[in-house]
Amino acid sequence: MFDLQGFGDQLLEGATVTIELALASLVVGLILGTLAAVARLSDNRIAQKVATLYSTVIRGIPELLTVLIIYFGTATLLMAIARQFGYDEYIEIGPFTAGVIALGLTFGAYASEVLRGAIIAIPKGQREAGLSIGMSPMKIFFRITLPQVWKLALPGLGNLFLVLLKDTALVSVVGLHDIMMKTREAVSYSKDPFLFYSAAAFLYLSLTIVSMVFIHYMEKRTNRWGGQA
Amino acid sequence: MDFEVIIEYFPRLLQGAVTTIELVIISGIIGSLLALPIGLARHSHRWWLKAIPYAYIFFFRGTPLLVQIFLVYYGIAQFESIRESSLWPYLREPYWCAIIAFSLNTAAYTAEILRGALGAVPRGEVEAAKSIGMRKVQLYKRIMLPRALGMIMPAYGNEVILMLKGSALASTITLLDLTGMARTIIARTYTPIEIFLAAGVIYLLMSMAIIQLFRYLEMRSNRHMEVAR
Repeated sequence: MFDLQGFGDQLLEGATVTIELALASLVVGLILGTLAAVARLSDNRIAQKVATLYSTVIRGIPELLTVLIIYFGTATLLMAIARQFGYDEYIEIGPFTAGVIALGLTFGAYASEVLRGAIIAIPKGQREAGLSIGMSPMKIFFRITLPQVWKLALPGLGNLFLVLLKDTALVSVVGLHDIMMKTREAVSYSKDPFLFYSAAAFLYLSLTIVSMVFIHYMEKRTNRWGGQA
Repeated sequence: MDFEVIIEYFPRLLQGAVTTIELVIISGIIGSLLALPIGLARHSHRWWLKAIPYAYIFFFRGTPLLVQIFLVYYGIAQFESIRESSLWPYLREPYWCAIIAFSLNTAAYTAEILRGALGAVPRGEVEAAKSIGMRKVQLYKRIMLPRALGMIMPAYGNEVILMLKGSALASTITLLDLTGMARTIIARTYTPIEIFLAAGVIYLLMSMAIIQLFRYLEMRSNRHMEVAR
């Protein structure tokens, strides 16, 4: 149908990198998001402030800027710290690591809002019931709150994952060999930008559709025992 | 941290911020004008009228903005007929390519928001309008659209902030918006942390201004509700 001039396998290779980046950032983001949501709801004033600041700042600046700050900034920062310890070599963090940190931070900031809403939606009585039978707050969080939060937050988190998937394209700006970068290489060789960027768009669309189907399946699965949270 | 660099280059950053604001406002206006017919068609009951906007929205929401910008900037220029057309003086400028890509993108998101709001107009109001003999055009002009407009404000405010953040991608096609300007300055001074953070603060301030503006607009377009409450 389309002649990709032998770049097809290169694009697919880029797609694996994109998927790896998205999944790694998802894990980092979920952890950061949970921590931030718990911090926002804790009694500790400082933890509240830090979490609010984190989610406001990250949500207010462009994702591209976050990627650039992490990629260039972290290396400079690490070098400055290393110099204090007498290490003068050049330090560089790879584009993949920078991408995971930056996209994880972004996902975490949005996820913290979704998770916070879900945690609030769980009736207080359940926590009190847990306390009354002698569960520790930690145990209550992991056994009672978190399993239900998962169910309530899934639709919101699913949408955020679709956004994350598209944001992975930004990491190509700092040199990650994902779909975008492979496409750019193919374009500079073939001088056929329209075909290759359309192919890239098609790849991203396919990834989006697969994710949507998977999210739908997960929502059905978590709701299989029915009822309300 | 070297604050002198920030002070020295701050006017240049502001210059970039002006370009960013221009991009957001112009594509915001074009995008919402496009969104109106798309959203209305999407709200229709006829399947053939729904199908095209559906495909349009699905494409623009399912692929990264970066791909869309590259498709417009690099992809379209490939065709002989475009290069010979009278639009070519515009289509070869990165500025207009960015505006085209952003407008088409935000139109898709805005149309979807509009569709949601049109669907949420209370049935009784529509029936009341019909029962006093309003024609379809009148119904939309006097009842549906004004009602929907009040409802979309919070969601549209979010969309404008996303557009502001997306506008940073203009820097990838050599435009000197806020991010592009920051990158140019950094290439000269090699102070990524300082300049990127300064740019981040400017973005943050712009986001906050947008939030305030839309809070005000929401209050204004729902004035008539005050009495009812």
